[in-house]
Amino acid sequence: MPSPAERGAPSRGAPAPDALAERLVDLTTALRGHGLGVGTSDVADAGRVTRVLGLDDRERLREGLASALLRRSGQREVFDQVFDLYFPAALGARSDLADVELPEGDPREVAEAIRALLTDALATNDERALEQLAALTAERLGELAKQPGWSAAQALDRLAPQTAIAGAMEQAQARLVGDGEGGATSAQGGGSAGSGGGAVGQGGFAESLARDEMRSRVAEFRRKVEAESRRRNAELRGRERIARYAVRDSADRRDFLSSGSRDLAELRTTIDPLAKRLAARLSARRRQAARGEIDVRKTLRRSLSTGGVPIDPAMAHRRPHRPDLVLLCDISGSVAGFSAFTMALMQALSTQFRKLRVFAFVSTTDEITDLVRDADRLADDVVTTALRTRKVLGWGASSSYGQALDSFVDGHLDAIGPRSTVLILGDARSNYGLPRLEQLRTIRDQARRTYWLNPEPARSWDTGDSLAGQYARVVGMHECRNVEQLRTFVGRTLAG
Amino acid sequence: MTPQPESALATVDATREALASADYLASDAVATTTYLASTLGKPLLVEGPAGVGKTELAKAVARATGRRLVRLQCYEGVDEARALYEWNHAKQLLAITAERESSWDAVRSDIFGEEFLLARPLLTAIRSPEPVVLLVDELDKADEEMEGLLLEILSDFQVTVPELGTVAATTHPFVLLTSNATRELTEALRRRCLFLHLDYPDAELERRIVQLQVPGLPETLAASVVRVVGALRDLNLRKSPSIAETVDWARTLLALGADELDPALVRSSLGVVLKHQDDIATVIADLDLDRALAG
Repeated sequence: MPSPAERGAPSRGAPAPDALAERLVDLTTALRGHGLGVGTSDVADAGRVTRVLGLDDRERLREGLASALLRRSGQREVFDQVFDLYFPAALGARSDLADVELPEGDPREVAEAIRALLTDALATNDERALEQLAALTAERLGELAKQPGWSAAQALDRLAPQTAIAGAMEQAQARLVGDGEGGATSAQGGGSAGSGGGAVGQGGFAESLARDEMRSRVAEFRRKVEAESRRRNAELRGRERIARYAVRDSADRRDFLSSGSRDLAELRTTIDPLAKRLAARLSARRRQAARGEIDVRKTLRRSLSTGGVPIDPAMAHRRPHRPDLVLLCDISGSVAGFSAFTMALMQALSTQFRKLRVFAFVSTTDEITDLVRDADRLADDVVTTALRTRKVLGWGASSSYGQALDSFVDGHLDAIGPRSTVLILGDARSNYGLPRLEQLRTIRDQARRTYWLNPEPARSWDTGDSLAGQYARVVGMHECRNVEQLRTFVGRTLAG
Repeated sequence: MTPQPESALATVDATREALASADYLASDAVATTTYLASTLGKPLLVEGPAGVGKTELAKAVARATGRRLVRLQCYEGVDEARALYEWNHAKQLLAITAERESSWDAVRSDIFGEEFLLARPLLTAIRSPEPVVLLVDELDKADEEMEGLLLEILSDFQVTVPELGTVAATTHPFVLLTSNATRELTEALRRRCLFLHLDYPDAELERRIVQLQVPGLPETLAASVVRVVGALRDLNLRKSPSIAETVDWARTLLALGADELDPALVRSSLGVVLKHQDDIATVIADLDLDRALAG
């Protein structure tokens, strides 16, 4: 029985019901392509949501569909991008940009003009203007010369929006002084820095606060330009294509190997919550493992007082096993991002292990446990510091697994005991050096368990100079291309 | 049984106003999903960091609709006896002793009657003659078995008590589940709910929340408190300040008689906002507080 709200007639300009249903199905197909598990019942829910909400308010529809189709927090970014493609804000060139005057022709002049407007908009935090400017940027600076299409990278490259930050900050401060609000704060501090941030005092504090705010506004602006280019490209080349190739995956499904420094920085912020969830999972698994085993001797002894009937079974208390973890990480160029992330994650999880030792290598191996432990206090990141201060380079600057295994067995084999779990991190690309399988066997035989985590997709193992297949015959090798796979591996295997 | 749409939550705008009148300022996302949960009659799963008003939303819905709030607080080891129902063993024993003369059959049918049933939150919510708001709080703290127990309630709004049979709800409860995501909830449970990720509010909304909670706070001070807290949340802290801490801070500043936020004041009252010594050190270094003070 439909409720009053559901009975409402379809809103103006809405596509026919069938077209809408088809649109929803396409949307969910695109979401599934990015690893979101959307079930048929969810699509039905989404249909109900569109019927109840109507199509009048796009942002409400976005929230409504998100509540029906999403299952966890990390999926929102992907959803927003896909939603923008299937429920676009406009068709073709936007009509609401007429009131902005720009020079014709030379992209450099256009960029200049837009940058000036952007500075104003950033200073006043005018969201409507920012939206308009993003659309303009994509339209005027992003159009490709050689083929039809739009490129956000080209547009942002020409505009360089980050250069507007300094100007915007000056303007914002000038405005505050003009309002007389800044005058109230002139009682303290050196006046040279000017008064910034209204009631938030002066100097470095107010400045860094204001700069952070400007930066996040610019980041938001970049996202808008990207969304706008995707929308225009989708009209040109079809939604399905763009949804498949131009939508950024959620952080935990992005490949370690193709991640840029911005992706890696984003990943680093996910370490703490991820570690917390994994720790909860590991200790829950340990608790479960400790339940349910009957101690026969104890039970029989207790049964004596009840005439031999085992009324009160005694459970064996298992001593919780916390493994010694030994990491052996390749920190050469291509895999450094993967190794750095895994090291940081294991350090965050270190309460789950009895002991954590970290070794790094490019072509020889050296211990970097202390660097990983005190990573917060280092000026640089762990990998850079290790490359500079530790002996990880032998004869050449390229990685050599054979030499690295050799030097580990020679110098640090005592780090591995019968309780150790050894994780080897690397792509097993040894630049045509000797594999030294017997050294890996030595490590395996001395450790309780040994695993190899390879950030390359399994289909490219054994291509070129990869020794993955040979090593995989000695120890279990796991594909670990993204955070999702790493999380699954840790949750399953490191519980003890 | 179809959901009975609550008149107070008849449209998205009405929902927002009803929540506001219950002292809960809702963002567009919150108002829309609350309205959908009520209209579609589906449970609402709210996930997000601590202190963004997940529990408060359930209370506000209860106040806005005039329904009773039935709350099940989850913790590690919460079980059927705490969540659903329990037989009052002591009373059953008394009954057996008192009726020693009567036949076994009479006693047997007697002691598993309504009189001896202790209804826990879930059963209370299902049996209530008036529609209620059922809040299952911090579900991620409970064991996974607990989720299995909830499935029947969430999809069919009924529970099965072996001795009594199946008890179906006569009215449609508004069900809200909260989770801090310390554990992944099962897919089966997630599928039965609408999902809302509740994050820190945007600056404008948070300023209005602060002013609602701390009357008498000057507008500029409220704005700068919210600005600084926003900056703190962008830093990588062990515990980011929640809305509750923003409000606490604003109260403290009001009590100190401040009318603007200068570095010295921020530094001396940072302990109200941040709960870890490491975090305080990080913030002082990152926001250049020392330089600001020396300058």
